[in-house]
Amino acid sequence: MSLRIDKPILIGLVFIVIILAAGTSYTIATQGTATFISPNYLMQQLHFGAFLGMTAAGMMMVILLGHIDLSVPWTLTTSAMVASAIGGMEGNVAGLLVGLTVGLVNGIGVAVLRVPSMIFTLGVNTVLLGCMVMLTGGHAPQSAATDLMLFLGRDRTFEIPHSVVVWALLSACLVYVLNRTPLGRYMYAIGNQEAAAYLSGVRTRLVIIASFMMCSLCAAIAGLSLAGYSARAFQAMGDQYLLPSIAAVVLGGTNILGGSGRYSGTVVGVILIVLLQSMLSIMQMDEAYRQIIYGAVIILMLLIYSRGRKAAA
Amino acid sequence: MKSLRLFLSQNLGLLLAIAMFAVLYAFYVSQYPNWGMNVVLQNGNETLALILVGMAQTMAVIVGGLDLSVGPLMTLTNCFGSIVMAGTGGSVVLGIIACMALGTACGFMNGCIIVYGRIQPIIATLATGAIFLGLALLLRPSPGGSIDGDFAWAFTNDINELGYTYGWWEDLGFFGKIPLQPIYLILIVLLVWVPFKRSVTGRGAYAIGSNAHAAYMSGVRIDRSKIAAFTLAGFFAGCAGIYLTMQMGSGNADAPQAAEYTLRSIATVVIGGTSLYGGTGGVIGTIFGALVLRSISFIFRVVPESAPLGFVASPLLQPFFEGLILLVAVSLGAARVFRVKNRLSLFS
Repeated sequence: MSLRIDKPILIGLVFIVIILAAGTSYTIATQGTATFISPNYLMQQLHFGAFLGMTAAGMMMVILLGHIDLSVPWTLTTSAMVASAIGGMEGNVAGLLVGLTVGLVNGIGVAVLRVPSMIFTLGVNTVLLGCMVMLTGGHAPQSAATDLMLFLGRDRTFEIPHSVVVWALLSACLVYVLNRTPLGRYMYAIGNQEAAAYLSGVRTRLVIIASFMMCSLCAAIAGLSLAGYSARAFQAMGDQYLLPSIAAVVLGGTNILGGSGRYSGTVVGVILIVLLQSMLSIMQMDEAYRQIIYGAVIILMLLIYSRGRKAAA
Repeated sequence: MKSLRLFLSQNLGLLLAIAMFAVLYAFYVSQYPNWGMNVVLQNGNETLALILVGMAQTMAVIVGGLDLSVGPLMTLTNCFGSIVMAGTGGSVVLGIIACMALGTACGFMNGCIIVYGRIQPIIATLATGAIFLGLALLLRPSPGGSIDGDFAWAFTNDINELGYTYGWWEDLGFFGKIPLQPIYLILIVLLVWVPFKRSVTGRGAYAIGSNAHAAYMSGVRIDRSKIAAFTLAGFFAGCAGIYLTMQMGSGNADAPQAAEYTLRSIATVVIGGTSLYGGTGGVIGTIFGALVLRSISFIFRVVPESAPLGFVASPLLQPFFEGLILLVAVSLGAARVFRVKNRLSLFS
């Protein structure tokens, strides 16, 4: 296990330090305390950032293949809503099954029917949205979080939020898959050149389906724990996770066209985005400036990455 | 005969979209109790902004990219328009020109970031989309602004109303019942799209989409064509914002609406027969793609609940069916997957 640090990851870390410094100097200047770097506050940020972390982890699995999953927001929402509507242990299992099923459908659409992932997952997203409108139409299903969700999303042990532990476990699994199993090698290979992978005997369809299932499963787990965090499942709870999760993966140095990228980069990307958002909200910045700064930082970082890299015509 | 077959095979997507629209809209007309030009006008009103945003998306797709900032850019122009188009007479015209300039400038900025910054279009426009939305919020922290009512009414109506409102002409008979929206569209297509498609730059854009490497080797000015495509995308998105302003009479920095338009624009492009891999198609197909998409929601409105298939008219089921139809439409293309003899040809 080498501790090689890529350029994007290094730049990401530098940006994290800059954000921490800026946030801290702001709180020292206005409140006289270094609230921003207090362990309590940072743990709070991690607690909330873990949900984005899980979503982004799944997103990375499909981006590595050169695909994208736009159905993540409503996969997350659907699994949480279905799970809470059924309730109890069966509900939790059903929520995870929803995730796996959505992933299977996405994977079949992309790998077997060869519809561009962008448009197929978009359609699946709309269908899921429609299903949830049907579920809640006419009567109000149960929406309270189950015990497991509360345990995963809200509770803490020794001040460590369980959501962070779940994120860490999920990360460990994915790192193992990516670096230590043939499946992981095949994913990178397909992202680089699918035809070459196919000719080398890789069963590319199965690999693509597996990646989409991993992505949706991650979204489902994020949905269950997010519902626990807010104590209930509600419509559109996943909408704010789509674009930041893509941004986190790309800021972490994963090529949006697939084929390269390290998991540690995605973690750095997630932490960067969470800290950036929390710094902007601690400064009580208007939503308008928040959006502008958010967009500008992404562009700035990507410009720094691409500097010095030769154009691959 | 041969040239006809070539024409058919090259424009299959476009023809399919037209056929789909014809069938869907004919069904809608047959269900509508007293259908007439006023219904066409209303339909046009609801569709034009989506068509223009779809056209913007088409430009990015042709060069093999994707523009996630079309919706936010439309919203930004809408908010900007609600301020600069607020006067009367000549100042409104200036305002419209300013809006077009803003859209074009933002598109040009997108193009420059993508080409000179060497950032993938999808991720660059994701970021600029956030910036556009922020600027829109800055201009209109809360929905508001009102543009001249007469102007908004006259220019989103039919030819007769335009004449009445300003006393330019009297009743023109059937000719006067033609809505203005198709006229705008034809003007934009004839004055902007056709010249672009026929220019060297436009052909270059198609070449980049089908094979960037080959285009570069053949001496296509890649940078220029790419920037031009994204600039034009900005112009179309700006036009959508202008129309939205005239239609609503106010500006609203509505983030969910912007996101919805962006996502739907991708669907209109695909239904219109433009491949997401780039290099084919065009805005004409997208126009029909948007019409197909809107016809579906029109139909849901008129199918009576008591009809044999009346259950589909339930508003609760509408989003579900919209998604399902989109999925089925894009999966139809899968027929070719099962016909190919050599699976290698699928990995393009």
